[in-house]
Amino acid sequence: MRTLLLTALFKGPAVVKAPAAPADMLAEAAQALAQKARRRLGRSLAIREIDAGSCNGCELEINALNNPVYDIERFGLKFVASPRHADILLVTGPVTCNMTEALERTYAAAPEPKWVVAVGDCAHDCGVFAGSYAVAGPVSSVIPVDVTVKGCPPPPLEILKGLISLFEAIEA
Amino acid sequence: MTRTLPTAVAEVAAGMTAGPDGFVRLKVGKAEWSALAIGCAQGRNDLMALWHERGRMRMALMQRGGTARVIATIACPKGAYPSVGRYHPPAIRLERAMRDLYGTRPEGLPDARGWLDHGNWPSKDTGPRERYRFLPAEGESLHQIPVGPVHAGIIEPGHFRFTANGEAVVRLEERLGYTHKGIEKLCAGLSPVAAARIIGRVSGDSTVAYAFGFARVVEMALGIEAPARATALRGIMAELERLSHHVNDFGAICNDASAVALNARCTLLRENLLQAAGRAFGHRLMMDCIIPGGVAVDLADSEIAGLRQVLDEVEKGFAQIVRIYDDSPSILDRTITTGIVASDLVARFAAGGHVGRASGRDFDARRNAGYAPYDTVAFKVPIRQEGDVNARAWIRIDEAGQSLAIMRQLLDRLPAGPLTIDTPPKTPGEGATLTEAFRGDVFITVRIGNNGRIAHMHARDASWFQWPLLEAAIENNIVADFPLCNKSFNCSYSGHDM
Repeated sequence: MRTLLLTALFKGPAVVKAPAAPADMLAEAAQALAQKARRRLGRSLAIREIDAGSCNGCELEINALNNPVYDIERFGLKFVASPRHADILLVTGPVTCNMTEALERTYAAAPEPKWVVAVGDCAHDCGVFAGSYAVAGPVSSVIPVDVTVKGCPPPPLEILKGLISLFEAIEA
Repeated sequence: MTRTLPTAVAEVAAGMTAGPDGFVRLKVGKAEWSALAIGCAQGRNDLMALWHERGRMRMALMQRGGTARVIATIACPKGAYPSVGRYHPPAIRLERAMRDLYGTRPEGLPDARGWLDHGNWPSKDTGPRERYRFLPAEGESLHQIPVGPVHAGIIEPGHFRFTANGEAVVRLEERLGYTHKGIEKLCAGLSPVAAARIIGRVSGDSTVAYAFGFARVVEMALGIEAPARATALRGIMAELERLSHHVNDFGAICNDASAVALNARCTLLRENLLQAAGRAFGHRLMMDCIIPGGVAVDLADSEIAGLRQVLDEVEKGFAQIVRIYDDSPSILDRTITTGIVASDLVARFAAGGHVGRASGRDFDARRNAGYAPYDTVAFKVPIRQEGDVNARAWIRIDEAGQSLAIMRQLLDRLPAGPLTIDTPPKTPGEGATLTEAFRGDVFITVRIGNNGRIAHMHARDASWFQWPLLEAAIENNIVADFPLCNKSFNCSYSGHDM
């Protein structure tokens, strides 16, 4: 542990030596997001992630937002454990019939004002699972969606951009 | 009656000719079917998969500790056939799932509840929805903790019903099926190439392994072989996927033992690997990169040096993290002797991956099923006996090292040549195969019809035989150690729910 702490102390934050981090895009996204987020709700926004039937691909990339390269918390954005603490619901997957009720109830449990970001092709239009007897439909067929981030799965930077466009959509 | 019938796969398969996929195919009656199920219960056969196809039930079995493999098929008039789970509990959830999907009637199955069907599918009139009855646990001081389907973390949905006595868990019962997407029926009628896109999303975290397995099974069914370069690239992608998960999941285990800094380091290594995959193969998770007949993307010569460098960095960085883990009594105190799975239970369920190998089950599809390119590289299969969280973590650590070694060998002698075979034939056929995903062996079987399209596809994720063991692992552990146990398994929800 001592080694780790000393490394952190002398080498500086990991985010600097992040391998091939697309620095320009990241900085652009970070700045835009920080300004927008602050204007709307002060300095912090809480995000609740809901997997409504995804293959787990989108979850991997959403998880990556927490790594030191993207470090989403530096923008005041934080993933929370309960919808009752959430301002934003980040929803993935084609909504399966078996998850429809859970999604509706989680949405209902989040306090107003709240926004929904649908992440991934499946959340947008059910992707490759369209037409299945077990799939209820895209996220927008179950709860109102404010912004959609397409991609299968969308890389972390695209999800960050989606959060920015959410604020643009709210202000427009 | 059954006493006179052979119960062991080895006896049944003796003298029979196996197909190109290594499986002896048998049509059996009720007595022979039950005898094979009893053979599983006796520990002579391992159950690999159990599925419905064209009004028949089929079961894939493997000789315990041997190589004989059989697919037994039984006709089920009006859906009825003798239950396997009646003798061999690992089959119970499989039979409940097939009953939900195809209306089969496993006679003697000791569990009448649905599994994947929660009463929500519009295409199936199941009458008024019944409340799911969890198994009872009775006692004055017991209390229940319901968790999910929406979990607290960024993970997949499923329900856990804990019954606890104070801090100690006396029973955990899982309820899964929330992410059921009807994948088998979606694949029917598609071309193999179109179906590959769906199968690559059965469990997105194992997209390479699934696409790899499906491509191989289609190639077996059609009697074709992918070119040498494609095979080598498949191996590199599969090991890159495995390494990225082993590093990440090891970090997640540390995180649940409150070693947040170690997790941060691990997520950084994972990001490093995903960016390398993105540069080398055009997609961070390498989705749709493997297709039946070959691979869809090439690895440019200019990318090889960069990929090697990332592997070196990850090896060095991971070794540093592991050293800290192993030198920290505060972390080890949480992982050693926590969530022990007994070796006889692992053997009974034929549990693959780190769950099996941490409890002494010496099985790895890359070696035991022996498919290309793993027949051309040297690697070891790490085994441990303790069966606790620490042992599963160490299997991950040791396998990460093996994945690095395999990738380097494949990069050292990457053959030149085409990426796909010219024109895949449109002939009927069938095949079955095991593929080693990061969490264990995935069984995929496919039947291709006369029109060259998928007539039936069944994929059995490793998690089917690991989820039940998680219920055993947590027993008598404290509630607060469940996240550790769960992370050390990291079972798939989507892969299991199909």
